[in-house]
Amino acid sequence: MRTISENGPILPEVFAPQPLPTGLDRPFWDGLLEGCVVIQRCDSCAGWQFPPEVICHQCRSFELSWRPVEPHGIIHSWTRAWHPANAAFSEHVPYLIVLVELPEAGGIRLIGNLCGDPLQTVRVGMAVSPVFEPHGDRYTLLQWVPAPSSVGGR
Amino acid sequence: MLRGKVAAVGIGASPYARHGQSTETEFALVIRAILAAANDAGVPIDEIDGFVSYSNDRNDPVRLATALGIRELRLGAMQAGGGGGGSAGHVAIAAAAIATGMAQCVVAYRGCRQGEVGRYGRGEGGYGGTATTSQRGPRPVTGYELGGAGLGPYGLFTPPQKFALRATRMLEKHRVSTSAMRAVSLAAYHHAQANPAATMRGKVLDEELYDTSRMISEPYRLYDCCQESDAAAAIILVSAERARDLGVVPAYVLAAGQSGEHRRGAGGENLPSLASAGLGTIAGRLYADAEISVADIDTFQIYDNYTAGVVMALVEFGVCSYEDVNDVIVFENLIAPTGRYPLNTSGGNFAEAYVLGMGHHLEAVRQIRGTSHNQQPGARISLVAGGPMTPLTSAAIYGSEETL
Repeated sequence: MRTISENGPILPEVFAPQPLPTGLDRPFWDGLLEGCVVIQRCDSCAGWQFPPEVICHQCRSFELSWRPVEPHGIIHSWTRAWHPANAAFSEHVPYLIVLVELPEAGGIRLIGNLCGDPLQTVRVGMAVSPVFEPHGDRYTLLQWVPAPSSVGGR
Repeated sequence: MLRGKVAAVGIGASPYARHGQSTETEFALVIRAILAAANDAGVPIDEIDGFVSYSNDRNDPVRLATALGIRELRLGAMQAGGGGGGSAGHVAIAAAAIATGMAQCVVAYRGCRQGEVGRYGRGEGGYGGTATTSQRGPRPVTGYELGGAGLGPYGLFTPPQKFALRATRMLEKHRVSTSAMRAVSLAAYHHAQANPAATMRGKVLDEELYDTSRMISEPYRLYDCCQESDAAAAIILVSAERARDLGVVPAYVLAAGQSGEHRRGAGGENLPSLASAGLGTIAGRLYADAEISVADIDTFQIYDNYTAGVVMALVEFGVCSYEDVNDVIVFENLIAPTGRYPLNTSGGNFAEAYVLGMGHHLEAVRQIRGTSHNQQPGARISLVAGGPMTPLTSAAIYGSEETL
């Protein structure tokens, strides 16, 4: 797994992610800290879901667990943010927000940023690979770079 | 069935102003809108026995009833969920209550003073993630709604950014041209020029100004996004029998309802269909309830948060398909009195005032009364839709006496 280290985080630290007060999504954030993507999956019907919930929305089982996923992603949609709605972002626009689906986890989607030139061409269906962006030992964000062979999508 | 049992008989609004420009509190603006609506209907304030709103309106029915000295509050309700998507759901609740006799005279209202409660475009006012200043350090965030842990740290914390993702998907998946988005905005600004109450009256938008306006979040330019306002609006709903006693032109509720489509509320943009207004399901249901088809609709008052969502809504209500969207959703088709599908004929959220879609009801009633500043000749049926692209949507169809 690649890790962002030389240039630091893509965006300033304005919002710091915390697990939900209920702890429902703590395994997801703990997984990222360890450089691993884990997604909730139903023990009964093997259906994936994200964000996590207390019950499987497909078979209504309460027996759910967290499974590691190889985060090969496909860009489901994207936007290039230009307007710094908060002053903290004013030196950091434009930046690319991508919505990445994980075919290996039932097509669930994660929000992230696309690393590299913020003016690069982005298309729905582009394949992307994960990059971990650590923020000390507090949390890690999951970012993305174009995959070596950017094909596929749906 | 609801058809024809309830009518909107009064419409009222506060003065409309840009955000930060009104001198009164949001609560006072709502009170003024309600008084104006009651006066318009010729209904004594004492007759009001219900208050309904949506999107966590801060102006609580109990406080309103207390402030106005209402004798008995029989219906106080807030349409749950969906933000602006609930902007017709409260009318459905009111109509159901009146049709069943639970309440007799209900005011449906919404206040929105962004100068007081925060600018939604900055992720304030309960819409997104309000960021703290850097001096105080990062703000801890949780969850998977706008600005939450799954979005905010990636710089996704304002509504235009979230709904830009929906627009990109629509443009690329359905091969929609941005000219369709532009037409939605041009029509709203065009209609505002004839509306004395519109905040954007005097602000003339043309293709060049749209095309050269600054990017907010691709593909949205400035004029793809709604404005921010200090405003309130209200309508009075009563039974059809009571409406006929009042000496006003009733706008009958032909159908109304809400729709939360399957898994539509999945956080972090995990809803099944990203390029969808979420109105496709309710459209067919309300057409059946109202006993009409899209061809019967004279004006379309569709919640305009962002242009792309309005395009999706027009498709889902059957105005066109994604096959011919770029030919149908053009400026000429969207303007009164000459267009086939007059859209947001008061200027809408974009150019009249951002009242979270409440202004759309007032304009729907005006069209049926024949009193719009952009009157569609012979208008008998108005569609009002809340949403689009929200986790929950709602819609109402109003008709004139002769549609019953």
